[in-house]
Amino acid sequence: MSDTQAGEGGNSKVRRFMFVNRKAPYGTIYALEALEVVLIGAAFDQDVSLVFVDDGVYQLKKGQQTKDIGQKNFSPTYRALGDYDIEKLYVERESLQARGLAPDDLLVPVRVLGSAELGVLMEEQDVVLSF
Amino acid sequence: MTASVALKDKEVAVDEEGYLVNLADWNEDVARTMAADDSIALTDNHWEVINFLRDYYAEYQVAPAIRVLTKAIGKKLGPEKGNSKYLYELFPYGPAKQACRYAGLPKPTGCI
Repeated sequence: MSDTQAGEGGNSKVRRFMFVNRKAPYGTIYALEALEVVLIGAAFDQDVSLVFVDDGVYQLKKGQQTKDIGQKNFSPTYRALGDYDIEKLYVERESLQARGLAPDDLLVPVRVLGSAELGVLMEEQDVVLSF
Repeated sequence: MTASVALKDKEVAVDEEGYLVNLADWNEDVARTMAADDSIALTDNHWEVINFLRDYYAEYQVAPAIRVLTKAIGKKLGPEKGNSKYLYELFPYGPAKQACRYAGLPKPTGCI
């Protein structure tokens, strides 16, 4: 694709987009759709962050096996986010703990934040999209 | 859709934009045939990019967007290959889209 001016009407102001992932990776289409939107949106050079809360933390879990449910295991794609210059990944501490998970269980390096800290971060965004 | 690419011994199904329907149908003959249909004879330089894309997909399960491809090629094969001019000369219809098609991958995610 060609270089595109970010924003509408040639407005090149960088905006802060946060994608909030709340659901388990399979069973619904939300996780995959969010990932695709993020990869496509990366072309627009905005300030993008991804948040994983509730069952959304399972999206980053290592060792996903999808053969028996007949779906593509798209979890390796999270490791390509860096190539798309998407480096800000946040995981909610409470959600990890409630599921017996630790950062070592995840596919990619993340910043673990408490829900209060995440709330502050959310408040600073121009756009928050929940999946 | 019933589009297909005719190989010597069989036909393989492709979607309306010419991408393989079943990634498992791919072999080098598929790439050569698709390229020949575009009047392109694949050289070692083409194969280098095609094989790079297949490795990238195997690793990350995603067909990289053009700027991601350009950067990743530069990292692996050097700046004289990791630039738009070089890649567009090899794949004039758009390096990511065309090379991904020859490589049997889906249309790149992030190419609009």
